[in-house]
Amino acid sequence: MTAIELLAPYITPLLGGLTLGVAAMWLLLSLGRVAGISGIIWGVMVGPDRQWRSFFVAGLVAGGFIIHTFMGIPLPEQSSTPLSLVALSGLLVGFGTRIGGGCTSGHGVCGIGRQSLRSIVATLTFMAAGVLTVFVVRHVLGGAL
Amino acid sequence: MKSWPALLSGLLFGMGLALAGMTDPAKVQGFLDITGAWLPDLAFVMGGAVLITLTMTSPILRREKPLLASRFNMPALKTIDRRLIGGSLIFGVGWGLSGYCPGPALVSLLYGYDTTLVFCLAMTAGMFGATLFNPKIPA
Repeated sequence: MTAIELLAPYITPLLGGLTLGVAAMWLLLSLGRVAGISGIIWGVMVGPDRQWRSFFVAGLVAGGFIIHTFMGIPLPEQSSTPLSLVALSGLLVGFGTRIGGGCTSGHGVCGIGRQSLRSIVATLTFMAAGVLTVFVVRHVLGGAL
Repeated sequence: MKSWPALLSGLLFGMGLALAGMTDPAKVQGFLDITGAWLPDLAFVMGGAVLITLTMTSPILRREKPLLASRFNMPALKTIDRRLIGGSLIFGVGWGLSGYCPGPALVSLLYGYDTTLVFCLAMTAGMFGATLFNPKIPA
């Protein structure tokens, strides 16, 4: 198998990642803001600056719709996790991102780009916790959940 | 503050997430499953995104001000404390459990699945729960 054949499945993820970076940099260049989704969602609900944040969220949802509708990228399957655990997962994600001050976008994409030590530590921490959680669910409990 | 630049950024961000496969929880959990059938997709997503932000952030921040706003509004916190670590740990456990994080979950709302609706409602509750836990959380 050649290197091109080996890497071909990852061209789309790479393009998606580059697009995420451009989106975040455009928000910084135009409005001077960090594209941290958990913070933006929180801001939409309680303010301040509800307006630009609401427009961002509207764009976010529309962006996914455009990709699936006009670019022929099929809709992914939903999470195979049972609904009660999905609810627990949502609670933990909402709670943890507020306490930790950010999620994959704010700490991971924007914070690392800013070379913020806080964000690098946060990203390593939630990655490690995610790895450990999947390990326990899939390999210790044997996917019993 | 002008809203159309935020709409454009959100649009690109949503397109990026969907294109990257971040809205597919199986790919996210597959990436986190380093001892099992590891799926490397997300390494390319993060690599691509960070390549752009690492090269563009400092040139942008060297400007006196943004193109369409009066000043850069950057996070002021610098300390690495228990809140940062504890919050990130809790977030990571939640992320691993379902494979959803906030952005992809929002994008997936339009896919019309029960799981993403339940996730988003629970996430909202969790965010308000954090405020009760400590009201002085910066936005």
